[in-house]
Amino acid sequence: MSMAILIRLAMLALLAVFLVQPEVFAPFFALFTTRGAPPIYVQSDLLSLALNHMAIVVTAVLGATVIAVGLAVLVTRPNWSEFLPLSRALANIGQTFPPIAVLALAVPAMGFGNGPTLVALFLYGLLPIFENTMTGLSNLPPTVQEAARGMGMSDRQRLWQVELPLAMPVILGGVRLSTVIAISTATIGSTVAARTLGEVIIAGLLSNNIAFILQGGLVVGAIAVLVHDGFVALERRMSRRAGQG
Amino acid sequence: MSARPSLFSRLPDKLGVLIAALVAVGTMLPLALLRANRIVPGEALPIWQALPAFQAGILIVALLICVIASIWLRVPGLRLGGAIGGVAILLVLMGQAGGYLTPAGNDLARVSPAAGFWLLLFALSLTVTDALAKMKLRPIWRILGVLLAGVGLLLLLGSGQWDDLSVLREYQVRSAAFWREAERHLLLAFGSLSAAVLIGVPLGVACFRVPRLKSAVLNLLNIVQTVPSIAVFGLLIAPLAWIAATIPGAARIGVSGIGAAPAMVALFAYSLLPVVSNTVIGLENVPGRIRDAAFGMGMTRRQAFMAVEVPLAFPVILTGIRIVLVQNIGLATIAGLIGGGGFGVFVFQGMGQTATDLILLGALPTVILATASAVLLDAVVEISESSATRTMRA
Repeated sequence: MSMAILIRLAMLALLAVFLVQPEVFAPFFALFTTRGAPPIYVQSDLLSLALNHMAIVVTAVLGATVIAVGLAVLVTRPNWSEFLPLSRALANIGQTFPPIAVLALAVPAMGFGNGPTLVALFLYGLLPIFENTMTGLSNLPPTVQEAARGMGMSDRQRLWQVELPLAMPVILGGVRLSTVIAISTATIGSTVAARTLGEVIIAGLLSNNIAFILQGGLVVGAIAVLVHDGFVALERRMSRRAGQG
Repeated sequence: MSARPSLFSRLPDKLGVLIAALVAVGTMLPLALLRANRIVPGEALPIWQALPAFQAGILIVALLICVIASIWLRVPGLRLGGAIGGVAILLVLMGQAGGYLTPAGNDLARVSPAAGFWLLLFALSLTVTDALAKMKLRPIWRILGVLLAGVGLLLLLGSGQWDDLSVLREYQVRSAAFWREAERHLLLAFGSLSAAVLIGVPLGVACFRVPRLKSAVLNLLNIVQTVPSIAVFGLLIAPLAWIAATIPGAARIGVSGIGAAPAMVALFAYSLLPVVSNTVIGLENVPGRIRDAAFGMGMTRRQAFMAVEVPLAFPVILTGIRIVLVQNIGLATIAGLIGGGGFGVFVFQGMGQTATDLILLGALPTVILATASAVLLDAVVEISESSATRTMRA
């Protein structure tokens, strides 16, 4: 087993212990508190916060993946190419909207809670997935396309059996980017009462407790790093398979 | 049959049909919301109740023209003109609805744009975006376009057309604070960007030269990016307070645990990765044969770097700067949460008071600034790309 895998396993173990039994780490975080402030956030269960955090991220990224991949497939078909410039421009402009502005503006329409965060993460996830799917679908080797056509595959068969599988590693790269951004951005959702790990950080900001800010930030950072590395491993395996197939 | 291309297409445009549907729904939805004061729920009014009959008629006719243009008109320039005209009429008439609906002498009543207005604005902007994307304007025209749009917006604000709308009512009672926070917001976004460029570009060059440094620096910066922004903002409070208290002179130059300093350092930390990694990628992408040719011409290492490598890598570095600027304008809003100032102050105050108008006062300038800088810098990147290609040929 390589060093890199060992470090990640250790990180995962630490993360799991912290989420289930945070009190174990109390002596460490007590180093950052002053005047006897509580070292560990106990107002709500960390594990349930983390699970809810990830549920929001996964829902938003899944939605963004379906829409962005669907849109990219659609505008790369000859009949719908007139939508290509617009969808590219829109995905680009969507990315310039600051997440906090999207959150704040979604509140009057959807109320406080998980909803506005879902919308903001969804909008933010679209561009990387869309761009990567476009790159993946337009950089396929022409010889493979020709061969598929020569074998008498229909347009639909080519899309499902040739184009999408070959583009999959690049598409996954986009999904990875969106997921990592979403994991970190979801914390801002707690300013509008979404139940995410941001709650811990904000409690720290409000009560001037560095230990809370630190544990919230570390947990979210660790999850993001682990998810990122997981995706990278998956992409490698996929592109190896695409290369053989 | 004549061979002359017609202005009109025979088949309806697919996008045009979509836009027509959006406009139709937008016309049915309420245009304005009238409330007795800034936080109570209000009465939603459709176009024909929000405006006097004559103006309502103008708006509906203008929308109809835009819809017809986007379905059947083939020339992108004409569609663009039509949609821009539509946006201008919609914006001016929205202001008139404010004056029309506010009872005379009533300072408490609020008129704000409602769902219909936003949907119509979205539909017309789609037409504008699509026409612009299809026209593939030269960068210089895009820059001019952004400047013109900015002048138009300032004229509209200066003319007092919108003075009766709720967002401007919020502005009127805190105009001094608005400009103070605007200055702070720009200072945060551009100050951290300049620092990141001053440090990040040389660091990127060093990483390009020393591969071992490269993986260490890029890995570290990647990890910084995964820590959520609000945590980074918060974590910097304590070390900066410590520096201010222990290092003589630090407090005098503005270092302190609260206020702008932690926000500035956090934005700087987030800005470094795109600047460093784009500098490395830009330098790595300089073709080896061009580097060899430079040495072959008798250039020294330093000359080759300044005359060949830097100009060729410049567009990629500039792309990194574009990413950072847009990201910083957005992230600077979070400074409002830790007392760092900026437009975020209004956003968070507005969320606390459930006052949508106040949220808009903070959010709209941020969105406009971010989008305008993205369009401007994209154009500048394109200009620098074509001049880099010229360097390569020469």
